[in-house]
Amino acid sequence: MPQAAAQPDATALDLESLTADVVSLAMKAGATDAEAVVREGDEFSVNVRMGQVETLKESGSRGLGLRVFLGTRSASTSTSDLTPDGIRQLVDGAIALANVTEEDPFTGLPETAEFGSIPDDLHLYYDDVYSLSGPERIEWARRAEAAALAADPRITNSDGGSFDAATGRKVMANSRGFVGGYRTSYAGVAAAPLAMDANGAMQRDAWWSGARRFADIESPESIGKEAARRTLRRLGARKVPTQRVPIVFAPEVARSLIGSVFEAASGDSIWRHASFLAGKLGDQIATPSLTIIDDNTMLLPTGAGGFGSSPFDGEGLPSRRTVVLEKGILRNYLLNTYSARKLALKSTHNASRGLAGTPGIGCGNLYLEPGSLTPDEIIAGVTAGLYVTSLMGFGTNIVTGDYSRGATGLWIENGQLAHAVEEVTIAGNLAEMLMNVTAIGNDLVFRGSVASPTLRIDGMTIAGA
Amino acid sequence: MTNTAPSPRESHRRYFFDKFSITERLLERCLGEALAAGGDYADLYFESVTATALGVDEQIVKSASQGTSAGCGIRVLSGERTGYAYTDNLSPERLLHAARTAALIASAPAKQSVQGFVEAPSADLYPVPLGGFDLDLAARLELILRADRAARAFDPRIVQVRASYMEELRRILIAASDGAFASDTQPLCRLNVFVIAKEDAITTKGSAGAGGRAGLDQFVNTKSPETLAREAARGAILQLRAVAAPAGEMQVVLGPGWPGILLHEAVGHGLEADFNRKKTSAFAGLIGQSVASPKVTVVDNGTIAGRRGSLNVDDEGSATQETVLIEGGVLKGYLTDKLSARLTGGTNTGSGRRESYQCIPMPRMTNTYMLAGDDAPEDILRSVKRGLYAVNFGGGQVDITNGKFVFSASEAYLIEDGKITAPVRDATLIGNGPEALKYVSMVGHDLKLDEGIGTCGKDGQSVPVGVGMPTIKLDKMTVGGTGR
Repeated sequence: MPQAAAQPDATALDLESLTADVVSLAMKAGATDAEAVVREGDEFSVNVRMGQVETLKESGSRGLGLRVFLGTRSASTSTSDLTPDGIRQLVDGAIALANVTEEDPFTGLPETAEFGSIPDDLHLYYDDVYSLSGPERIEWARRAEAAALAADPRITNSDGGSFDAATGRKVMANSRGFVGGYRTSYAGVAAAPLAMDANGAMQRDAWWSGARRFADIESPESIGKEAARRTLRRLGARKVPTQRVPIVFAPEVARSLIGSVFEAASGDSIWRHASFLAGKLGDQIATPSLTIIDDNTMLLPTGAGGFGSSPFDGEGLPSRRTVVLEKGILRNYLLNTYSARKLALKSTHNASRGLAGTPGIGCGNLYLEPGSLTPDEIIAGVTAGLYVTSLMGFGTNIVTGDYSRGATGLWIENGQLAHAVEEVTIAGNLAEMLMNVTAIGNDLVFRGSVASPTLRIDGMTIAGA
Repeated sequence: MTNTAPSPRESHRRYFFDKFSITERLLERCLGEALAAGGDYADLYFESVTATALGVDEQIVKSASQGTSAGCGIRVLSGERTGYAYTDNLSPERLLHAARTAALIASAPAKQSVQGFVEAPSADLYPVPLGGFDLDLAARLELILRADRAARAFDPRIVQVRASYMEELRRILIAASDGAFASDTQPLCRLNVFVIAKEDAITTKGSAGAGGRAGLDQFVNTKSPETLAREAARGAILQLRAVAAPAGEMQVVLGPGWPGILLHEAVGHGLEADFNRKKTSAFAGLIGQSVASPKVTVVDNGTIAGRRGSLNVDDEGSATQETVLIEGGVLKGYLTDKLSARLTGGTNTGSGRRESYQCIPMPRMTNTYMLAGDDAPEDILRSVKRGLYAVNFGGGQVDITNGKFVFSASEAYLIEDGKITAPVRDATLIGNGPEALKYVSMVGHDLKLDEGIGTCGKDGQSVPVGVGMPTIKLDKMTVGGTGR
């Protein structure tokens, strides 16, 4: 049966009607509540390596997800087949699956009065991300790599320069009257050069610039140059002895610590007792200089929406700004509807939603409020320590707070960066590390949805030679 | 299977032909369009995946989900260049449009297109449920409910139990301009248990899992729900009294099985041919040289029946094989796909894999393991004065350019005077790929493959893999704890 041939054209589909239709089909099939989501996206990417195009990719795809409730039982299905047959299978499958699940009194859609969407334009979509012609996109990738290769004779090889663009659209509807949708856009340029020292030892690093609006991307030349600087400073890296010294986290790694705080403060970790922050609401869990905010409505200084901004969350609740940590005091757990009910609290509108599965908990624009010191001033305050520029591995245990990760960076000697360091680990416990933040930089820049200024943490152990 | 049933391969192929009206003529037309701008080679990769997940949490079957997706990725190679386009709409117009988009990578006169395909014989490494995906959900739910009961019964300090079951059926069909044609139906399932233990102010976690490309009957013995539940619960209870892990260089003994993730990170990724062709790997140019102790032989083997990392054919349609990576400490070979084999003049090891039809294939591992040695595991432990004995790990990562790799121990003990003493808290181990295995001084006779839980990420693409190892002793490795 030629199903696929009957599929309507992507541009002709009215996605809002589609999601509303799927919801009403699910209700007719016996659901007591239903929620449907459609995601549609297209992507372009080109990688240029050693001056030649290496890969060129261009495509688009769509998917439809459905969550149904039979009282307090629920299940979900997803499909890429948007034909009437595909949708019928999606609905029938969801009802059949919900029949094998069991009653969970905490499950269900949010209350009708809670739904909503930020009325203001969050500036999430710009059509200029596809304004470059095909050859111009290749040229941007080539320029980024060329700038890195030209920066220094020790840059001898490359993983290439790249240019990416993507747009997406998400539409959601449910049986309690919510219908909403928004479009997003992204474009970015990157370079990843390799350098070799006199002994033949190789190092690689990368740098990038990304934005919702093409006009906001930094020049390919500046990206290539910065990528080269980052690669070159790794040359001559060596192990240092095992010792306990101050650690200075560069912004690009400090952000992962802020992400770990978010994960530990997420409602699902809390109600399961699977977090070192469980039961600590209202407690002083960090030094008073730490304030962490999750703002899903934020605009960047350019006027474009933040990388984590959206008009509504994964359950159709209006996005908002939530104070996670205020002067070191844990003010809010981050909650979706389910975890809020488990904890007898209100959702903080942090539901995340893929196509299938139950909603998770996700951050919007999550950041640590900046301090007043420049990064140089923080480094200048360290007699002997490690400035960490990249981290490796998955050694963060949110349950116990134990933290142990591979680290790369630069040794600090008498307030100056002295030489590159590699093949060491840094270890501590997040609960203690949060109390031992002794300096916060003024260099908060959003390069993604999670951001932090430079941080100094004392009391951690370096394991090395 | 009876004599009247179609051969497995016939049924893999017929699925796409019947369900999506794909014909050999359409495949030829698409490949013709793909080479219309003069590419050297083109291939079509059709994929249809159905995935099911079930979860029990707090003794309640809380979640059930099912997803299905289908699409086609079209690739054109021109020298070292790759053009790629995909579509989730398998109508002839959309397929031809994707072919024309991918074709733009080349700029030369059109190539003569393929006429007719040859399907090479391939293995039959996994029992494939014929006739669709009408699952017996009750049998699957019983697995996770049994796991839940066993974990709760283990110890009153186990306060949270979550068990999940995931299953996917992936059908692929590949047609290439060199006449290659392949099809396969790849089942994959996995059972996982997560627990939280609590005693006074201390909270810990434990987890265990097992799976493979096999049916429900695999979940017995070491993979039974009860065994997995007890493993997860035992791990969490053990951590309640764990001491700080030591910090610094020391002797390290790795237990058999999943600790083979060491090989995956330390050498496996560094031996993928794309990195070596571009000379971005610390292992580039080291073929024939010593990169490990003479006791070390490492292979990558995609042909073991029922294993999570095994495949009848790779995602370019080439048969998988056993590839020797390191033999007696000497670097023997790389893992290659069609592109790297062609560019380097080497053989194709059948290692071209991709996450989905939306992704460009690249050289990847399948099941990577070290062959057994002669030492008794007890002797290995007895030989260590002071060190770490690590038997279970979380994930790992490698920087293939400088060779540095990490992997994180989730169950480890101190070794003092040849005896296992206190359990230690989570710690990351770090080393240098081309050097680390030179310190392997003892290799046990107890080779074991992992229980089928590994997923490997590279360039944003995840694929299922396996690892394995006997008990080994490394005379020197850096342990990233906080203690003495």
